[in-house]
Amino acid sequence: MVTYIIRRLIQAVFILLILTFIVFGAVRLLPGDPLLMFLNATDIEALSPEALDQARHELGLDRNLVVQYGIWLGDILQGDWGKSLHFKNANVLQMIGQRMPVTIHLGVLAFFFSSVIGITLGVIAAVRRGRWADTVATLLANTAITIPIFWLGIIMMLVFSVELEWLPVAGYTPINEDFWLSTRKLIMPVICLMIGSLGAVARLTRTSMLEVIRQDYIRTAWSKGLRERAIVIKHALKNSLIPVITVMGLQVRFIFGGAVLVEKVFAIPGMGRLMVEAVDGSDYPVIQGAVLVIGIIVVLTNLIVDISYGWFDPRVRYE
Amino acid sequence: MTLLTVENLKTYFHTDFGLVKAVDGVSYEINEGEIVGIVGESGCGKSVTQLSTLQLITSPPGMIEDGKVIFDGRNLLDYPANGPEMRSIRGGKIAMIFQEPMTSLNPTLSVFQQISEMLSLHLQMDKETQRKRAIELLTQVGIPDAKRRIDDYPHQFSGGMRQRVMIAMALSCNPKLLIADEPTTAVDVTTQAQLLLLMQNLVRQYHTSLIIVTHNLGVVARYAQRIYVMYAGRIVESGSCDDIFNQPKHPYTIGLLKCVPRLDEEEDRRLVPIEGLPPNLINMPPTCAFLPRCPYKIDRCREEPWPALKPVGNQQVACYVDTKLTVQ
Amino acid sequence: MLKRRKRELKFVEGRPQESEWKRFIRVFFGRRIVLFGLIVVALYIIVAIFAPWIAPYDYKTISSTILSQPSAEHWLGTDTVGRDVLSRLIFGVRPTLIVGSVTILIAAVAGTILGLLAGYFGGWIQTIIMRFIDALMGFPMILLALLIASLLGGGLKNIVIALGIALIAGFARVMCAQTLTIKENDYIIAGRSLGLTNFRLMWKHIIPNAFPPMIILATMNIGMVILMEAGLSFLGVGIQQPDAAWGSMVSAGYNRLTSNPALSVAPGIAIMLIVFSLNMVGDGLRDALDPRLRGTL
Repeated sequence: MVTYIIRRLIQAVFILLILTFIVFGAVRLLPGDPLLMFLNATDIEALSPEALDQARHELGLDRNLVVQYGIWLGDILQGDWGKSLHFKNANVLQMIGQRMPVTIHLGVLAFFFSSVIGITLGVIAAVRRGRWADTVATLLANTAITIPIFWLGIIMMLVFSVELEWLPVAGYTPINEDFWLSTRKLIMPVICLMIGSLGAVARLTRTSMLEVIRQDYIRTAWSKGLRERAIVIKHALKNSLIPVITVMGLQVRFIFGGAVLVEKVFAIPGMGRLMVEAVDGSDYPVIQGAVLVIGIIVVLTNLIVDISYGWFDPRVRYE
Repeated sequence: MTLLTVENLKTYFHTDFGLVKAVDGVSYEINEGEIVGIVGESGCGKSVTQLSTLQLITSPPGMIEDGKVIFDGRNLLDYPANGPEMRSIRGGKIAMIFQEPMTSLNPTLSVFQQISEMLSLHLQMDKETQRKRAIELLTQVGIPDAKRRIDDYPHQFSGGMRQRVMIAMALSCNPKLLIADEPTTAVDVTTQAQLLLLMQNLVRQYHTSLIIVTHNLGVVARYAQRIYVMYAGRIVESGSCDDIFNQPKHPYTIGLLKCVPRLDEEEDRRLVPIEGLPPNLINMPPTCAFLPRCPYKIDRCREEPWPALKPVGNQQVACYVDTKLTVQ
Repeated sequence: MLKRRKRELKFVEGRPQESEWKRFIRVFFGRRIVLFGLIVVALYIIVAIFAPWIAPYDYKTISSTILSQPSAEHWLGTDTVGRDVLSRLIFGVRPTLIVGSVTILIAAVAGTILGLLAGYFGGWIQTIIMRFIDALMGFPMILLALLIASLLGGGLKNIVIALGIALIAGFARVMCAQTLTIKENDYIIAGRSLGLTNFRLMWKHIIPNAFPPMIILATMNIGMVILMEAGLSFLGVGIQQPDAAWGSMVSAGYNRLTSNPALSVAPGIAIMLIVFSLNMVGDGLRDALDPRLRGTL
C-alpha cells in the first residue's frame, strides 16, 4: 500500500509539472503578445515601441522560454501569482482566495448529493432491473445528463422564485452569516451543478452493479442464506463502486466547469464568476491563476481517489 | 433415513433462442450420512439441478416449472425463493461449494468476514466466538497458520487453499447436506485428491450427507456410495457405485467408463472417447437425446419417445436396448 | 475439415448461428428508445440541410415588432430585436450539428494518433504522452475551451478548435488502452516477426480493431460537445450574433423570462432533445457493437 501511494504521489507531482507548463505555455505560445500578461491592451497601444521593448526586457520576455518558465514557476511556488489587469493591481492569489470558498461550498454540496443520489438511483435500477423502478431511474439518469444546466437554472428560477416565490432568486450568503438563508439560496444552484454528475454516476452504477450481481460470489452469498439487502450492500455495492469511484473523481472537474455557468446564472461570486469576468476583461493573469489552481485541485482530488481504491479493492492494497 | 428427495424436478430457461429444458423431470434421493455422485458432461443440467433445489436459479430466464424437493418432510419449492424459510435452509441446513474458487469468494471481503456472516446469521454467535470458530474451521480444512491468515483476502490464497476456505465456509454451520458442484475441477490433480479426502473425512465426522456433482467418473468412484448419471437434463442411469462401474447398462454410462483409465484392468485397454458432442438443449426432439451418439441404437429408439427409468438388475436405466446382449 | 468444424461449433453453442451484421441490426434496432433517437437525429439533419426552405422567415432579418407573443405568423413569437424565434431555432441546428461533428472528428483523430503512439511504443513515449493527457484532464473542459476561446477570440471556428483540444484526452486514453490490449495479440506478434513495418501494423491491424470503441465514444461525446458549445455561447464566447446559436438564444431570453418564456424555453428543449437522442444512439451502438464496453464507455 505504501509503495502504491508513493508511486501515485510521484505521478501526481509529474502531472502537476506538466499542468503548470500547459498553463504557462498556453498564454505564451498562442497568438498574442505575452506582454498582455502584464499590461492592458489599451496601455500597450499607448506605449512607444522603445518603451515596449524596455518593458519586455524588464519582464524578462526576451529571454529563453525555458528560463522564463523556470522564473515563472519559481514565482508561483513563492506565492507571487501576478496582479490583475482589470482590478488595478489586485493580487491574483488573494482574489482567488476570496472566491474559492464560495465555489467549494457549492461544489462540495453538489459532489456529495450527486454521489449519494446517483449511487442510490443506480443501485435501485440494477436491483429492480426491467421493472418500473428501473425504467424511471434510468430515464431520470438519461435525462439528467442531457439538460443544459444554465437553462435548467433559468427555468427553476422562473418556476420556484418568480412564480411560486419559494426560494430567493439569486445571490450567495456565507454559511456562517445566516445558515438558513445561505442554504435556501444554494438549493437551486446545487441542483443545477449536480444534475449532470448525478446522471453519469447513476448510469455507471447501474451497469457496474448489473455486472457484479451476476458474478459467482454473489451466487455464493445467496447460497449462504443472506437477505437481499445484505447481499446488495455488503457483497455487491463495494465491488460495483470500484469503477464508479474513478468517475466520481472526474466529476470534480465537471463541477468546476459547471460552476462557470451556474455562478453566472445565479449571480454567485465564486471562481466561475471570476473567470467569466476575467475572460470578458481579457484579464490574463487572473485566468491563468484560476485555471492553475483548479487544475491543481482536480489533480489532487484524483490522487485521493486513486488512494481510496486501496480501501475499496484489497487487490490494489497488496499490489 | 432419507434426507432429501427430489421428485420430477423441471427447470426451464426461457431464452431469446428458445426454450431450454435444462432439467427435465429429474428424481433422486440421498440418505443421511450418505455420499452420492451426480455425473454427466458439462451442460447436462447437473449444476442447474442442484441450484434448483435451493431455488438459486436466476429468474428470469430460469424457471422451476414442476417438481418437489422434500427436505426434512417439507417441500422446499412451496416456499418463496428468497423468503425466510428458504434463507434459513441455505447455508444453515444445506450448504453449497462451487466450482470456481477464484470467483466464488468475494474479492473485497476478508476470509473471516465471509465465514463469520454465516455464523452470526444461522448460529447467532458473538464476534469473539465467531473468530474462534472460524480459526478452528480453517485449521480443520488444513490451512496452515489459520490464526494469522484469517484476515487475509481471497486473492492472497492459492486455488486449492481458496477451495479449502469454501469448504470451511460451507461446513461452518453444521449443515445436514453439503452439495459440492464440481469442487475439484479448477484445481490440479494432486490437490483434487487431497480436497476429496478432506471432504470425505469432514462429512463423516459431522455426519453430513454429501452430493458430489462432477463430469469426472474417476472423482466419484472412490468416495460415492451411489451414482446418478445425467444426460441432457435427465437421469439415464442410477445405482450403487460398484454396480455402475462393474455392469454399466446405459450406452452413455458405458461410453463414459470407456474414457476413464482404470487401475484394476488389463494395461493395454484403449481409452475410447464418446463420438460426437452433447446435444443442443434448444428444441430437442422427443426421442432419446443420446440417440445421435449411441452405438447401440435400434429402430425403436427412433420411433418412440425417450424411455422412462426402469429397473434393470440392481440399477435403474432409461434405455430400450438390452446393452448386455449387444456388448461384445 | 474447416467446414465440418464450423458445423460442430454451431451445435455446441446451442443457438442459431447469427452473422455479426444481423446481430448488430437486431440489437441496435431492437430497442424503441434507440429507434426514437435515430429518428430525431435524422430529423435534425434534414432540418439543418433544408433550413432555408423550412424556416418561415430569414433568421437575421427583423420580421415583426419586437418581443411579440406566439401567434399564427410567429409560432414562437419574436425576439428582442424582432426576429422570428422559430426561424432562428431552425437555423440554429446548423452550427449545433457542425460544432458537434467537426469537434468530435478533430478530437478523435488527434486522440487516436496520440493514444496509438503511446500504447504502441510504450516506454517513455507512453509516459510523456499519457501524463500530458492526465494533465489535460486536470482542467475542466469548459474552462480549457474558455481559456482558448479568450485567447483566440470567439466564433464558430475557434469554438471548434477549443472544444476539440479539450476533448482529445478522452479519446487518447481509450485508444491507448485499446492499443495495449490489441498489441498483445498473436497476430501482431506474428506480423512483427514477419517484418511488417510499425506503420503498417498500426494502420492495418490496430486501428481497425480499435475502431468500434472509438466510434462508440465519438457518438457518446457529440451530445456533450453540443452541451458545452451551448454553454460557451450562453457565456458569450461562442458563436457570435447575428448567427443563431441556441445557447446565446437562451441567454438573450433570460431577462424576458416572465413575459416571453418561449425565448429561453424553446432553444433549451431543442438542445435537450438532440443530446438525449444522440446519447441513446450511442448507448444502442455500444450494446450492438460491443456490450463488454458497458461501464467503461
